[in-house]
Amino acid sequence: MNLDFDFAAEQPKLLQLLYGVVAFCAVVALLLLLLDRAPMRQKARLHIAILLAPALLLLTIGLIVPAVRTTLLSFMSGDGASWVGLDNYVWMFTQPEAVTVLRNTLIWVALVPVLVTTVGLLYAVLVDRSRFESVAKSLVFLPMAISFVGAGIIWKFVYAYRPEESEQIGLLNQIVVALGGTPQQWLLDPPVNTLFLIVVMVWIQAGFATVVLSAAIKGIPAEIVEAARLDGATPVQMFFRVTLPSIRSAVLVVLVTQSIGTLKLFDIVRTMTGGQFDTSVIANEMYNQAFRYGETGKGAALAVFLFVLVTPIVVYQIRQRREAVR
Amino acid sequence: MTSVSPAVTAVRSGAEQATGRVRKRLSGRVASAVAIVIAVLWTTPTFGLFLSSLRPEDQIKTTGWWSFFSDPQLTLENYQEVLFGTSSSSGKMASFLINSIVITIPSVLFPLAFAAFAAYALAWVPFRGRNWVYIGIFALQVVPMQMALVPLLSFFSEGVSVFGLQLMPAWELEGPARFAQVWFAHTCFALPLGVFLLHNFMSELPGELIEAARVDGATHGRIFRRVVLPLVAPALATFGIFQFLWVWNDLLVALIFAGGTPDSAPMTVRLAQMAGTRGNEWQRLTAGAFVSLVIPLIVFLSMQRYFVRGLLAGSVKG
Amino acid sequence: MSLLSRPARAALVAGTAGLALVATGCGSSEPSTPAAGGGASTSAECAPFEQFGKHDGKKVSIYSPIRDTEADLFQQTWVPFEKCTGMKISYEGTGEFEAQIQVRADGGNPPDLAFFPQPGLLERFVKAGKLKPASAEVKKLAEQNWSADWVKYGTIDGTFYAAPLGASVKSFVWYSPGMFKEKGWAVPTTWDELMTLTNTIAGTGIKPWCAGIESGEATGWPATDWIEDILLRELGPEGYDDWVAHKIPFNDPKIVAAVDKVGAILKDEKFVNGGYGPVKSIASTAFQEGGVPITEGKCALHRQASFYANFWPEGTKVAEDGDVFAFYLPGNDPAKKPVLGAGEFVGAFADRPEVQAVQAYLATGDYANARMKLGTYVSANKGVDIANAQNPIDKLSIEMLQDPNTVFRFDGSDLMPAAVGAGTFWKGMTDWINGKDTKTVLDFIEASWPKS
Repeated sequence: MNLDFDFAAEQPKLLQLLYGVVAFCAVVALLLLLLDRAPMRQKARLHIAILLAPALLLLTIGLIVPAVRTTLLSFMSGDGASWVGLDNYVWMFTQPEAVTVLRNTLIWVALVPVLVTTVGLLYAVLVDRSRFESVAKSLVFLPMAISFVGAGIIWKFVYAYRPEESEQIGLLNQIVVALGGTPQQWLLDPPVNTLFLIVVMVWIQAGFATVVLSAAIKGIPAEIVEAARLDGATPVQMFFRVTLPSIRSAVLVVLVTQSIGTLKLFDIVRTMTGGQFDTSVIANEMYNQAFRYGETGKGAALAVFLFVLVTPIVVYQIRQRREAVR
Repeated sequence: MTSVSPAVTAVRSGAEQATGRVRKRLSGRVASAVAIVIAVLWTTPTFGLFLSSLRPEDQIKTTGWWSFFSDPQLTLENYQEVLFGTSSSSGKMASFLINSIVITIPSVLFPLAFAAFAAYALAWVPFRGRNWVYIGIFALQVVPMQMALVPLLSFFSEGVSVFGLQLMPAWELEGPARFAQVWFAHTCFALPLGVFLLHNFMSELPGELIEAARVDGATHGRIFRRVVLPLVAPALATFGIFQFLWVWNDLLVALIFAGGTPDSAPMTVRLAQMAGTRGNEWQRLTAGAFVSLVIPLIVFLSMQRYFVRGLLAGSVKG
Repeated sequence: MSLLSRPARAALVAGTAGLALVATGCGSSEPSTPAAGGGASTSAECAPFEQFGKHDGKKVSIYSPIRDTEADLFQQTWVPFEKCTGMKISYEGTGEFEAQIQVRADGGNPPDLAFFPQPGLLERFVKAGKLKPASAEVKKLAEQNWSADWVKYGTIDGTFYAAPLGASVKSFVWYSPGMFKEKGWAVPTTWDELMTLTNTIAGTGIKPWCAGIESGEATGWPATDWIEDILLRELGPEGYDDWVAHKIPFNDPKIVAAVDKVGAILKDEKFVNGGYGPVKSIASTAFQEGGVPITEGKCALHRQASFYANFWPEGTKVAEDGDVFAFYLPGNDPAKKPVLGAGEFVGAFADRPEVQAVQAYLATGDYANARMKLGTYVSANKGVDIANAQNPIDKLSIEMLQDPNTVFRFDGSDLMPAAVGAGTFWKGMTDWINGKDTKTVLDFIEASWPKS
């Protein structure tokens, strides 16, 4: 076993890290300095420019240009050589398994945000102010720290199947057998297999919801809680009359981020079933078409459809903003 | 969203009845029991993975991890193989670990700062079209990262040119300088979520605080530093943690922008390579998953204290 | 970001002992120590590499789907080449080759060389104008070292682009010689004999066949190999070519018949899935584990490529008198023995002299022999010395590939457009195993063939 480790060889990297951090400090200091120098009475334009410029520049390069490009590509042939009009969109809605992919994506988006928020909220409320709060939160947070690939491995183990006569290696089937049932192949039969995949996503993301919601719960002013308690509110009343309204915006943050994350999800599906057995979702199909099959146009069309699916959430946000402004 | 709300109400009313009934009699005990059940459900799979990672290869493949309890056999061989394994780049896991750290730190700092600046402007500096800029950034969350890889890569390797006019040269980065590309990519991809999260927190700060500071003649730089930042510290911590986890566990961005060599590839890339062309190397995958889990967990545990402290500080001032 | 492997490459893993040797012999990324002293021996060592010229300080990057221990052996092989020519080869293996190479090429940041495991993918990159034609020297070496069939796969529209590298033979049925001897079964030489044997074994209470087609995002490919092997026998090599080129539609009655012929084994509960359970368990059994029940006596036959030699549990002896061995998957006519196989091709995104030098070196018999000496490896390179083969299956495979009378055909799914060959064909066969009927599945695949 070769255990020597050459630290000298790693120095340039650490130096680069140092450059990175120094550059970071320099940029932030510069921006703050500029902000301080720009007089407050002047038109706010300068301030706005300084504050927004870095983010907008990066967003333009990293996301806006690609989004425009993707939209253009969706009207082109697979190799990007010629315009094909709406062919890719027609393909998307007429291919035999398109309905399945769309149906699956809808199941995901309908279930994941709700389940994640419910579990996260329930847990955050239950462990709030308990003696073991930080340990308890860490346990649920643990899956967040595992990569999607790692999570895929864990759950493949849980769902693993062995024939009836031999020893089970999957936890779920072991439980089924212990209760007198016959082992099942959980991931083979649509549409329930999608539900088994959703469990994995909920398992990973519940930690996110717990952490965010727990932080919000802690932010509820103590006076309000005290007042409600003096009024003799039961814990359940307390939850619905005090806690929930106070953390409404945090709940929305979780719901919205989960919805968008779920729309874009593809790692779990890819590692666990590879999109087989009618479990594919839009993002997975998009990746396959655009990169693995070299059908860039079709992949792009699916991506554009993802943009479209998020519109209701954007519209909702716009209305929220209007209300906030009023 | 509309399809969601009935389900929510259903779940809620169900929960209300159920918990309501028992609460009257048992109160705290039931709550603890439910919490324990959730905690156990959530921990068991990971625990199973952990036990599996300590079991010999042939046993992982033939028996369940619970058979450990009847036939305890543990080995550190899997970890030895993952950490010091002799394949590709012999025993250089430490090298990949350093790469992961070098990639992650700036990839967390930059988006934190830029998102905080932007969120502040969108929340507290009034200007025309502000809502639309915010909505635009918000909507960008849905652009699938996969579709952004090719344009971003060509931005690095070919520069920017419009109608044959070279506006920006290619980056031409060699050696460790290539890390800058990864930082850049991660920063771009993180901004929409960052702006959204931080804006949400910032816009809920009491307006009087900021008005008061403005009346006192404070500049935006000063308000941002002295008033806003301390109050949104928990939100920064939250976003920081999620960005950290995202970057730490990312494989796709690293594969494209950092490459797969020990010079710049992070641990995820290394683990993916170790899975081998023949795949299903459960013993390596289980141990590898645990090795890469350790640092995020440490970060979370140490940040967790910070959450609470930041929150307390915030509530005292607010 | 699947960690699960992509299939069908010449997956060549050295035994652990061999590995340790390699590892101690070579720290991977160390700069080659200048051969101080012994100028004479150095020049003797370098004599074979003189033809490739001097490229001091030049760098060549290689991108490939081959990872881990196999990748180490590649890198180990070309150390002398690097030393003598003065260049540095940086090798990168990835489990995401098909997608990543597309992204990197589109993004204007391709590697210098790539090992393409599918001629279909190679063709796509040539058509997109990304690849450079091979130099005259590479072409000469390829024509000299490989049969016309192989050269054809690296030739697109009359221009030669890529020389083959490694290879694997797919037309094998694995069995346990000990079990056969004990029960008095004989290795079949025709399809009828194979089916008779299958029935005989089923009569003894053992499910004769075992299979696994789960392979992450590539789930289904071992089933497509099955179909291809049978089609090659049923339609003959020319008919097979027509099918691959889509001159025979996917739902043609002849194809339906061939798929049903496979179904007579893979979809019969009496015959599968030994050691794993019902037919459907094929879909969820990892291909790496598909044949393992043979070693436990729970199954007798497993059709899988030569590289399956590496997937047997540790300590399993692969030999004609060992624990497991393989026989040729027979057809209707024992005189005709077409071989189904696969391999990689070395395509170049750059035409700098040092890149062409590496490409030429990889096309030589010297390279293939040096690689074989380090660990299990199969190449269809005619310059390969069979004495270097590391195990009996490698030897058998090389003999089949080198035999001038062998009719060789490449894995059809690797030649088809990826949307079918790496998409609907795999998916369709998985659905087929999972219960859908032959006609429905073939109609679905046919409908997905890109129209252009």
